[in-house]
Amino acid sequence: MSDTAQRAVGSLGEPPLGPAAARGPSVQLRQALAIAGKQRELTVLVVVVLLVVYFGFISSVGRSSFLTSVNVINLSQIAAPIIIIAIGEVLLLVCGEIDLSPGFVYSFAPFLMYFLVVYHGFPVILAIFVTLLMGLITGWVNGFLTVTLGLPSFIATLGTGFVLLGITLTTSNATQATIPPSAVEIGKWIGSYSYSEIVWAIILVVIFHVLFTRTRWGLHTIAVGGNLLGAREAGINVARVKYGNFMITGVLGAFVGLQIAFQTAVIDPSAGGYTPMFYSVAAAVIGGTAMLGGSGTIIGAFLGSVMLAVLTDGFSVIGISAYPLNLIFGGTILIAMIANIQLARLRAAGGGR
Amino acid sequence: MTDPGPGEWADLTQADADGFSGGAATNDPTLGPRLGMSVGSATDVLRAEHLTKRFGAVTALVDIELRLAKGEILGLIGDNGAGKSTLLKILCGFHARDTGRIVVNGQEVALKSVDHARSLGIDAVYQDLALINQLSVYHNMFLNRERVRWPLLSNRSMREAARQYLDEMGVNIPSVDTQVASLSGGQRQAIAVARAVYSDAKILLLDEPLAAMGAKEVALILDLVRDLKRRGDVSIIVIAHNYGQVLEICDRVNLLQHGRITLDKHASETSVQELNDIVVAEYRRALESRQRTS
Repeated sequence: MSDTAQRAVGSLGEPPLGPAAARGPSVQLRQALAIAGKQRELTVLVVVVLLVVYFGFISSVGRSSFLTSVNVINLSQIAAPIIIIAIGEVLLLVCGEIDLSPGFVYSFAPFLMYFLVVYHGFPVILAIFVTLLMGLITGWVNGFLTVTLGLPSFIATLGTGFVLLGITLTTSNATQATIPPSAVEIGKWIGSYSYSEIVWAIILVVIFHVLFTRTRWGLHTIAVGGNLLGAREAGINVARVKYGNFMITGVLGAFVGLQIAFQTAVIDPSAGGYTPMFYSVAAAVIGGTAMLGGSGTIIGAFLGSVMLAVLTDGFSVIGISAYPLNLIFGGTILIAMIANIQLARLRAAGGGR
Repeated sequence: MTDPGPGEWADLTQADADGFSGGAATNDPTLGPRLGMSVGSATDVLRAEHLTKRFGAVTALVDIELRLAKGEILGLIGDNGAGKSTLLKILCGFHARDTGRIVVNGQEVALKSVDHARSLGIDAVYQDLALINQLSVYHNMFLNRERVRWPLLSNRSMREAARQYLDEMGVNIPSVDTQVASLSGGQRQAIAVARAVYSDAKILLLDEPLAAMGAKEVALILDLVRDLKRRGDVSIIVIAHNYGQVLEICDRVNLLQHGRITLDKHASETSVQELNDIVVAEYRRALESRQRTS
């Protein structure tokens, strides 16, 4: 199984690599780069494919295997939460803000659902709805602090994040809880089937890709981040765009929290936090979203998330110990970013478009 | 053409503030003869009466009386910080006025927003052009007035309309899919003007459309304005610094000094020399009074 899968990927990955490597920086390569470079996402896609080939190859030599169905599920479950939160971060980064709190919304969300169902007798569906509403309200508060009170979003969302962490730890007494039995069935569709998370992630990517590229909301998000004063002068309701994107991110954070709880079948106060948020911001930026606003893509963030998931999973599969993992991880992110910027320069110089 | 960042507005207000406080001592009503300050006629499409605007402790506009007749081009001149941009931004709904009345087509209106002003046929081309570098020409042309087949944008329709309109106006843009970041200053200005005209604005407010333009680009914009004038149904207020250009295209000139309109003359009744003399004389007086007080 793993061999065929690996060969399939290998045969996909090799043709563009082989001739280019043989000819060196020839005209053809530069043309290919110019075409590829029209979509920054393609560069990330190439990196993802190369990483998959690499880990597939290494692990087939060693004991464990990267391209097994078990590991693909594992990989998808690492990628999905990064993807979903990254969608929100792309929208916010593009309109010139950032949200550090979705990881804490994520932590609190399953506890809130648990409390509502177990202590207050809410029907599960209603409890889930209220939990998502909590994400929405957190986003609104972030918008209020940032847009209305004028705090930098970095600080404002750091604050709301800590507040949520405090609420999570206090209300849960820092102990784990189990999924209420009545929630198990619906939980399968949200997170506990093997592929439910990645399916949700892909559905959300498609929806938000369309929202971002084909609707007024997306256009105005770019306008607000690209030229704040100009957008305001054009009559765009800048505050509404920012509030809205904070609220989208809050809901996505809450949704991911529920997914993880259902998937792991345990509600853990130490789940979430900074890590998923930073992965998501990194994924967005790797995928071509500008930290300074004005440009970015949801597809790019999706590929960036997959890349980070492949790295995380790949290194653990080929048996690198957990301690130096972060070292390699950080280095790889930097290399990926530098390669991306260098490629962009090469494109600008060679392609001339 | 540099693209001003979000902080630009603060700087502009600051400039207004400095300009005014610098001349605080020259509260002299005899500064310029208020000629031709006629009572608004029935053909006025826009009138401002007793308009006042303060930013904190700074008075930016004092008792502004301004009128614009149908089909007229009114030049608004004055030093940096005199309040020209502030006045324009009040008339297009960007800033709220403090006191006074704004009358559009004979009806008093309380402008609530840029969109509100637009719905009344007032549109502005700002000094910074309000273009989004990262968006295509046609998306900029339709910014905040996008054509939509809910929930999706009608990109094809907007693209074709933008192409057709820019061609009609004689604006030479290689492709409407180009990001505006890669266009020249004149092209950007032309797109900003085209956007306002295309929106079917009947009252057009142009804030320094000729600033930082090459000779060819100035000609392009001036032609655009003349074209609009020929149509007759568009009235324009234009801010400019080059008095020669102002007198060339405008029917009437208003001089703004320290938040007051101190001169209102037909272009044929004044000259570059006279306008220059007034502004320079005012500067001298301000300088002297400052030296006397210090």
